[in-house]
Amino acid sequence: MTDKSKDMLIGLTAIVLGSVFLITFIAIESQVGILALIGMTAIAVVVSARMGISKRISEAFSSNEALMNGTVIVALLVVTVWFREDHFPLLMIATVMLYLTACLGLNIQFGYTGVVNFSGAAFFGVGCYTAAVLNQHTAIPHLMVVVLGGVAAALVGSILILPVLRTRGHYAAVVTIAFGILFKTFLEVNDTLGGPQGLKVPGMEVLGWNFNSNIEIGDEIELSFYLNYVAIGLILSVLAFALTRRVERSWVGLSLDAVRLDETVAACFGINIRRWKITAFTLGNVLVGMAGAVFAMMLGFIAPTNFAFGDSLILVSIVLLGGMGSPWGTVVAAGLVILLPEKLQAIQEYRFLLYAIVVILILLFRPQGLLPRGLRAYVPGWRG
Amino acid sequence: MTKGHDKVLAFRGVTKRFGGVVALDHFDMEVDEGQIVGLIGPNGSGKTTSFNVLTGIYAANGGEVEFLGQDITNWPAQKVYEAGVARTFQRSRLCVDLSIFDNIMIGNHQHLNHGLMFNIFKRKAFRRQMEESYEEAKELMTIFDPPLADRMFEAVGTFNMIDRRRIEICRALISHPRLLLLDEPSAGMTEDETRQLMDDILVARERIDGLSIVLVEHEMGMIERVTDRCVVLNFGQKICEGEYREVASDKLVQEAYLGVE
Repeated sequence: MTDKSKDMLIGLTAIVLGSVFLITFIAIESQVGILALIGMTAIAVVVSARMGISKRISEAFSSNEALMNGTVIVALLVVTVWFREDHFPLLMIATVMLYLTACLGLNIQFGYTGVVNFSGAAFFGVGCYTAAVLNQHTAIPHLMVVVLGGVAAALVGSILILPVLRTRGHYAAVVTIAFGILFKTFLEVNDTLGGPQGLKVPGMEVLGWNFNSNIEIGDEIELSFYLNYVAIGLILSVLAFALTRRVERSWVGLSLDAVRLDETVAACFGINIRRWKITAFTLGNVLVGMAGAVFAMMLGFIAPTNFAFGDSLILVSIVLLGGMGSPWGTVVAAGLVILLPEKLQAIQEYRFLLYAIVVILILLFRPQGLLPRGLRAYVPGWRG
Repeated sequence: MTKGHDKVLAFRGVTKRFGGVVALDHFDMEVDEGQIVGLIGPNGSGKTTSFNVLTGIYAANGGEVEFLGQDITNWPAQKVYEAGVARTFQRSRLCVDLSIFDNIMIGNHQHLNHGLMFNIFKRKAFRRQMEESYEEAKELMTIFDPPLADRMFEAVGTFNMIDRRRIEICRALISHPRLLLLDEPSAGMTEDETRQLMDDILVARERIDGLSIVLVEHEMGMIERVTDRCVVLNFGQKICEGEYREVASDKLVQEAYLGVE
């Protein structure tokens, strides 16, 4: 067996083990069990890193990209089908997918271009409220509403473009934080958008298929309606992932990197800094807004408290934790950040404390993130 | 491009002030096609400032800059680059986390298609352009450092100073500039590396037809060997101009460098 096919085998095994882990992790109820599982996984990850197995896994992913990515999608489908009748696990999985989509958007903004955005929750909220209003008052097809959620987020984002272009670093952070807080306050005082009580959002319906009723097959089987949302979440996140990848592996991605790393140099080599900052900011907000629109339809009810500064921080921490500019890192981190607090219900309020400690520890010992971004390969496997 | 431009670059009475400090004071300088001009002077005499004014990083307070017969005074950096000026920086400013190829391609910006549709959807056409650019970059790198040409997909951060300087020169040359600005290329190098670098500069001029170079440098051996002509700055003013030998024996220049007794 060649080294390459050995790598591939290791990679495929890793995916299988990963899905087994995911299923156990989601299914397990006892707190001791969860802690034991987390501990075992942590040890397994450290050991495989020490033994060079993780390196071979990443090698497998870069040399057989289409196969490995496809297998991951199949594995996610298997996990989904496993929980086909249970509302809560499917809700969590769909939430992870939608947060992932939003975070891939943020990753284009500050992972690639260095445009900080601490108001991710606000743009997510724009998508949510767009869906709420359009679904209640218009007959626009809901898939179109999802797209419009993205467009609305991009339009609202254009208000911020001038300040974002004129500020850098901490100042840009403060501008976006202020915007996020403004947005939430605006929602709270605005009665037409429901004020602090929020709005009801009619569920999604595509071509007569109602997303919010359980799927009945014959008399025996009744599947959770959240399967619908997992499906659309998966489609959205796969599209966002593919888009991120293609942006990264192109001259566009290179220009975005150049803008982030050294604006002076970028300008001296003809790179139009404004153009790329605007492009990245808009593209990112579109993804965040689209994720928001689906999220609102899934929850059925939204209120301003869903879009607080803390929620923006969660989005940012996912990108940081995964590794700036690393789409796979974002996938792993989105799963971790959404699932971990949910699974640690028993320790009640302390779970956020524990979660915060985990984030701090990871960033302390691995400041480049869980799966740091590698060098750019324009065409996977192509080396001149 | 108009042919037979003898004069590539001209500074005429260029002034740049930072608050009360006059960094460039009615500075005049001309560069002819194919010439290597050394720009020397003590620290803080305005050498790098003149580069920054020329490349659009600073706006001049007065005077004009002419390049290939066009008035390019206070043009934005992007336009100056597109007109045919490329530069290196005092402290090598490469993107160390990116590969050699990435860094050189940043310099090649002008010749690459940056349309979103092209980059995201027309992957076949993109790949063709990428492969062509790769061949070109590799060829250029081979001129300066053949071993580096085989390591185009390694992070720049893993290379030493002379390698980085060569990558930086390639990044500047890939766009086929008419004028190359080198800002203290020998900074942080050993004597041996400096010697190699001088060869590089001469090779660049020999290989690239009609390329003019302005070189800011403290290393006088390098100035002596490489340049056709020198301009000496002190406190933002030009105090002397001519061949290295004449300049070196000039009294004002010696005072500027060694001080007055």
